[in-house]
Amino acid sequence: MITLSHYLTLSAVLFSISIVGIFINRKNMILLLMCIELMLLAVNFNFIAFSRYLDDTAGQVFVFFILTVAAAETAIGLAILVVLFRTRHSISVSKMSSMKG
Amino acid sequence: MLQTDVLNYGIAAAEIALAVGVCLVLVVDLFVRDKDRDITYLLSLAVLAVTAWLVAPIGMNGREVTFYGSFVVDPMSRVLKLFSLLTVAVVFLYSRKYLKERDLYKGEFFLLSLFALLGVFVLISANSLLTAFLGLELMSLSLYAMVAFNRDSPKAAEAAMKYFVLGAIASGVLLYGMSIIYGVTGSLQFDEIATSLAAGQSNYLSVLLGLAFILVGVAFKLGAVPFHMWLPDVYEGAPTSVTLFIATVPKLAGFAMAVRLLVEAMAPVAADWQSMMIVLALLSLGVGNIVAIAQTNIKRMLAYSTIAHVGFILIGFIAGSPMGLAASLFYSIIYVLMSAAAFGCIILLGTKEAEADQLDSFKGLNERSPWLAVMMLLVMASMIGIPPFAGFYAKWAVLSAIVERGEIWIAIVAVLFSVIGAFYYLRVIRMMYFDPPKRVSTDSDELVPIVAGFDVKLVFSLNALALLALGIFPNQLLALCTAAFM
Repeated sequence: MITLSHYLTLSAVLFSISIVGIFINRKNMILLLMCIELMLLAVNFNFIAFSRYLDDTAGQVFVFFILTVAAAETAIGLAILVVLFRTRHSISVSKMSSMKG
Repeated sequence: MLQTDVLNYGIAAAEIALAVGVCLVLVVDLFVRDKDRDITYLLSLAVLAVTAWLVAPIGMNGREVTFYGSFVVDPMSRVLKLFSLLTVAVVFLYSRKYLKERDLYKGEFFLLSLFALLGVFVLISANSLLTAFLGLELMSLSLYAMVAFNRDSPKAAEAAMKYFVLGAIASGVLLYGMSIIYGVTGSLQFDEIATSLAAGQSNYLSVLLGLAFILVGVAFKLGAVPFHMWLPDVYEGAPTSVTLFIATVPKLAGFAMAVRLLVEAMAPVAADWQSMMIVLALLSLGVGNIVAIAQTNIKRMLAYSTIAHVGFILIGFIAGSPMGLAASLFYSIIYVLMSAAAFGCIILLGTKEAEADQLDSFKGLNERSPWLAVMMLLVMASMIGIPPFAGFYAKWAVLSAIVERGEIWIAIVAVLFSVIGAFYYLRVIRMMYFDPPKRVSTDSDELVPIVAGFDVKLVFSLNALALLALGIFPNQLLALCTAAFM
């Protein structure tokens, strides 16, 4: 029997993977965007699980909005990435340190 | 007092008008040639004026809720919306010169600012987790794009990327907290969440977990230490007119977000978030004031000064009383005025060739223009918190609220760090009055001229004088802020 806690654990694991992915990744900006996407999907998992458990549709409506916003967010992220590549000819995370202090 | 209409479009009239107005600007801008860009500029100002006219009468008489409980107007939302409109108008007035000089005078700046403002409005009026999230994202996504708006600047691109990644993580963390709170309380609406938490049936540990995640999100958007890493880089890398925008309006939104999410929805667990906030506030005051001393770039210095001011704003929340919140609101408004003036001065002194973003560019300002030096002196003195300037009353209101709560040690620490902070503001004043100004070349006596139109100088002078006026007559604004939390 799969209970609510199974879903919540899965979501927490996905969330942790995405956070760890953001922090240990030093190479590629695209991976960062993928981790951010995974983070939002983990949250969606939570909302859907709770929505089903509470028998309340509001949580599922929230998921629709998160999906839409995530799409817009990725679009802007990729656009910034294009600008970054055009001006610096690199999308490496470790080279992003021209400003310090 | 509470009136719940299921669908009452009237109280959202300002937001609807603003949304329609932005679309209008968007379409008109398509047909405007580059040399007629002033049409977009004037139209944007007109949209702000119409929205202000609509906001003014809404929400004066207590709390009204609409859209199935997800949208609220109250006296606080009215005050915040009016001041964000005023601030955006001031930002536009300052930015025109800056953008024109750098061939950035395009419709995008105005459009993205207006979209961000719409997000701020929705966030201010949020009464459910969903509305708060949508408002926050509309604001943040517009801001990310604005930072990268100068496409040929590698620095701006880097700042935008840092802002985007950290901002997206913060949104993700905030959402995770929201999902947990939704799970344990079974509702997205703030008032129902508060009722459910007060009933005490939910698992205390899960509530704390959700609360901690939400607090991280709020602290990030406000720029409180240890979630401040994006702030200095974004301030430095973004075009100055965008920095001016980011330093002002989103702070009002951050204040509203903290009130709605923490004070309204999480009222039953206030003691818990207040104890977490003490750490945030004291760290912000410490790191902000001390690290600012080491900066040579004035935009970066002002970023750390922002962090320190956020510490003060949070102290009002720790006090928790209506008086404390009113003091925080007062502080936020005064802070926005001060930082608008400070960044306005950077824009004013900048030229096409050289941005005035180094501390050195303020050397000998008194010789170049005594009037501007006096105005900048007012701004810096207000930031330090010297009476009779507005910054003093803001600090005094916050500190008296926390002393009334009985936490005198927080007030003492805050004052000590402010004294340390006075150093770097005074350094700007010293540079303006006692250092020799830059010459055009080493062998000539000619000073570098200040290239700025009358309009920018007028706005800057009014902005700085407002700080003096609000310092001498703070009662009107204080009364407005107090009425917002009655």
